[in-house]
Amino acid sequence: MNNRIDKTGIKIGMWLFLYSEIILFGGLFVLYAVYFYKYPEFFSEGGKELNRVIGAANTIVLLVSSFTVAASITAIQRKAKKQAIAFLVFSILCGIIFLVNKYFEWGAKIHHDIYPNSETLVSGEPGLNIFFGLYYVITGLHGLHVIVGMTLLSISLILVMAGKVTESSYSMLENSGLYWHLVDLIWIFVFPLFYLVL
Amino acid sequence: MIKTESFYDTPSPAGLTGIRAWLLTHDHKRLGLMYMWAILFWFVIAMLCGLLLRTELMSQGKTIMGPELYNSLFTLHGVIMVFLFVIPAIPAIFGNFFLPIQLGTDDVFFPRLNLFSWYLFMFGGLLALISLFSGEGFPDTGWTFYVPFSVEVNTNVSLTVMAAFTLGMSSMLTGLNFITTFHRMRDKQMGLMQIPLFTWSLYATAWVQILATPVISITLVLVVVERLFSVGLFDPDKGGDPILYQHLFWMYSHPAVYIMILPGMGVISEIIPVFSRKSIFGYKAIVWSSMGIAVAGSLVWAHHMYTSGMSDVSVFFFSLLTFLVAIPSAVKVFSWVATMYKGSIEMTPPLLLSLIFIYLFSIGGLTGLVLGAVGPDIHVHDTHFVVSHFHFVMFGGTGFAFFAALHFWWPKMFGIMYDFKKAYIGSILTAIGFLFHYIPMFILGMQGMPRRYYDYLPKYETGNFLAGFGAYLLCIGILIMFANLFMSFRQREPASSNPWGGTTLEWTVPSPPPLHNFVDKPQVMEFPYDFSEIAAQVKRGER
Repeated sequence: MNNRIDKTGIKIGMWLFLYSEIILFGGLFVLYAVYFYKYPEFFSEGGKELNRVIGAANTIVLLVSSFTVAASITAIQRKAKKQAIAFLVFSILCGIIFLVNKYFEWGAKIHHDIYPNSETLVSGEPGLNIFFGLYYVITGLHGLHVIVGMTLLSISLILVMAGKVTESSYSMLENSGLYWHLVDLIWIFVFPLFYLVL
Repeated sequence: MIKTESFYDTPSPAGLTGIRAWLLTHDHKRLGLMYMWAILFWFVIAMLCGLLLRTELMSQGKTIMGPELYNSLFTLHGVIMVFLFVIPAIPAIFGNFFLPIQLGTDDVFFPRLNLFSWYLFMFGGLLALISLFSGEGFPDTGWTFYVPFSVEVNTNVSLTVMAAFTLGMSSMLTGLNFITTFHRMRDKQMGLMQIPLFTWSLYATAWVQILATPVISITLVLVVVERLFSVGLFDPDKGGDPILYQHLFWMYSHPAVYIMILPGMGVISEIIPVFSRKSIFGYKAIVWSSMGIAVAGSLVWAHHMYTSGMSDVSVFFFSLLTFLVAIPSAVKVFSWVATMYKGSIEMTPPLLLSLIFIYLFSIGGLTGLVLGAVGPDIHVHDTHFVVSHFHFVMFGGTGFAFFAALHFWWPKMFGIMYDFKKAYIGSILTAIGFLFHYIPMFILGMQGMPRRYYDYLPKYETGNFLAGFGAYLLCIGILIMFANLFMSFRQREPASSNPWGGTTLEWTVPSPPPLHNFVDKPQVMEFPYDFSEIAAQVKRGER
C-alpha cells in the first residue's frame, strides 16, 4: 500500500534513538554533578592527574572524523563514490586512533594503581575514588559507543563499496554518521568535565 | 461485505510458511498476537508466584515455604509482573495490533525493528529465567534492586538486571516505532484532533518510554558494573551515595507507572463511548490530560523516598507535584462518567470490566494522595498500605483495562465471539476476589504491618487470612475469564466486522483484518466518536 521510502520518518526514528542515548549518558552526568558538588576539591585534584595532551588530541581526532563522516555523505550525494570511501576509511582510522590513545591513557593510570577497586583508590580519599570511578565508567561507556559507531561506519563502508548506498538512498550512511556525531558530542562534554575541571 | 483473506492466511513477507510465517513476520498484527501469548504465559507464572506468597502469609509462622524462598518469590512476582506484564501488555499487544489500524495505515513505520523488539522481549524473558538457576539461589532483591544488597548478594542479580535492561530496550524501541508511525504513517485526512484516544494514549506513553527508559538502563548497567568492578559509586565506604541509586531508579520507575497506566486509560476511553452510544465527553481534555500526566508524572519520582533522607524543601516540592498528577487523572475519570450520563448504555463484558476499572482505579488514585502527602506517608511508608495502593492502580487499573481490552478486541483479533455469561461470572468473581484481597491490606498497613515481611504478629492474622482467601477467588475468576476466551476457539461463533457498534477505524475492516488492514481506502470521520450513524442503525432495527 505504501511503498515509497520516507526518509524523514527514518530520520525521526534515528533522532529519537539518539535522544535516548543522550538520556543514557544523562544519568551518568547527573551522578557527576552530584559528586562534583560533594567533592569539588578532589575532582579538581583528580582532573590535574589526567593527561590533557592526550585528551586534547583525542578531541581533535574525533572532531576531524566527524567532519570527514559528514563529508562522505556529501560525497555520496554528489555521486563521488571513491571520495566517500576515502572519507569513511579515514573516519574509521580516527576511531582507531582514539581507542589506541585511550588504551595508553588507561594503561598508564592502571600502571599507577589507579583503577576501580585498586588499593590506592580504596585506601585513599573517597572523593578521588569517585572521580576516577566516574572517569572509568563514563569513558568506558563512551569507548563502547566508539566501537559501536565504528562498526556502523564499517557496515556503511561495505554497503557503499557494494553500491547499495547511492545518491538516492543513503539513509544507512546518514544514520551511521548521525550516530558518530553523537559519539563526538558526548565526548565534547566528557572532555571538559574530566580533563579541564577547575 | 466482500470475503477477504485475513492476515492469518497471508504471510508477510510473502512466501513464508508454517512457523516461519510467524517467527520472521513483519506484520504488526501477528507480532501483537505473538506478544500476547508470551505475555499471558508470564502473567500466569507471576500470578502463581503471588498466590504462593499469599498462601504462605495466610497463617502465622511457616506455612508452605521458608523465608529465603519467600524473598525470592516476591522478587520474581515483582520483576515478572512489572517488566514482562504490566509495562508491555497493552502497548505491545493491543498497541501493535490496533495503533496502525486506528491511524488508517497498513503497518508500523519500522516493521523489522518491530520484529526485533519482539526478539528482545523474548530474549529478556529468557535471561530472567536463566538468572534464576545460575547463581546461588533465586535472586531475592525485590524488583527495585536496591543497593547495597543487590551489589553484594551472591545470587545472579547481574543477569536479572540485564534481563530488565533488555526488556526496557524492547519497550523503548516499540515506543520509538509508535511515535514515528503516529507522525509519518497517519492517514492524510486525519488531523491531530481526529485520532482515537487509545492511539493518543499510546503516543503519550511512547514519549515517557523514550524519556525515562534510558535512565533505568544506565542505572541497571551501573549495578552490573558495581558487581563486576566494585567501583563504589553507591558505596559510602568509597565515597558513594546509596540514595543516589534510589533517585536514579525512581527517575525511571515512577514515570514507568504512567507507562503502565496511560495505555489502560486509553482502552477505557475507547470502550466507554462505544457502549454508551454517545460521543466521549471532553475529547480534547482527555488528550491533554494524557500529555499532562506524561509530563507531570516524570517529575514526581522522589515521593518514593520521603523516608530515605531528603531535605524538607525537596520533600515539599515532590509532594506538591504528586498532588498535581491527580488533576489530569481525575479529568479522565470525570470524562468517562460524564460520557455515560444520559447515554444509551448497553451492558457487555468489556463495559463491565471498564466500570470495575473506574471504581478500583479511583480508590487506587485516592489512596495515592494519602501516600503523596508527607505526614501520613511517614506513618504508612513501606507497609501493606503501599502494596495495596499500587495494586489497586496497577492491577485494578492496568490489569482490568487489559482484561477489558482483551474482551473488547477479541472478536476483532480472532473473528470469533466468546460467551458473555461466563465472561460476566469471571469478571465479577475477579472483582470480588480483588476487593477481598486488597482491602484487608489497607487495614493491615494502617495497623503497621510492613511489606515484604515473611512473618507477622498475631494481631495481623485475620487480615492476612482474608487477603489469602481473596487471592484464591481472584485467581479462580481470572482463570474462568481466560478459559472462557479460549473456549471461543472451539465454538468458533463468528463475529461481524463491527459487533459492538464502534466508530473508530478498526471497526470498519473485516474481523480478523486482512494483511494490509484495509480493503477500501479508510474513510476518516470528522470526529472519531460520532455515533449518529450507529444510533440511526439502532433506530432502524439493524443493530
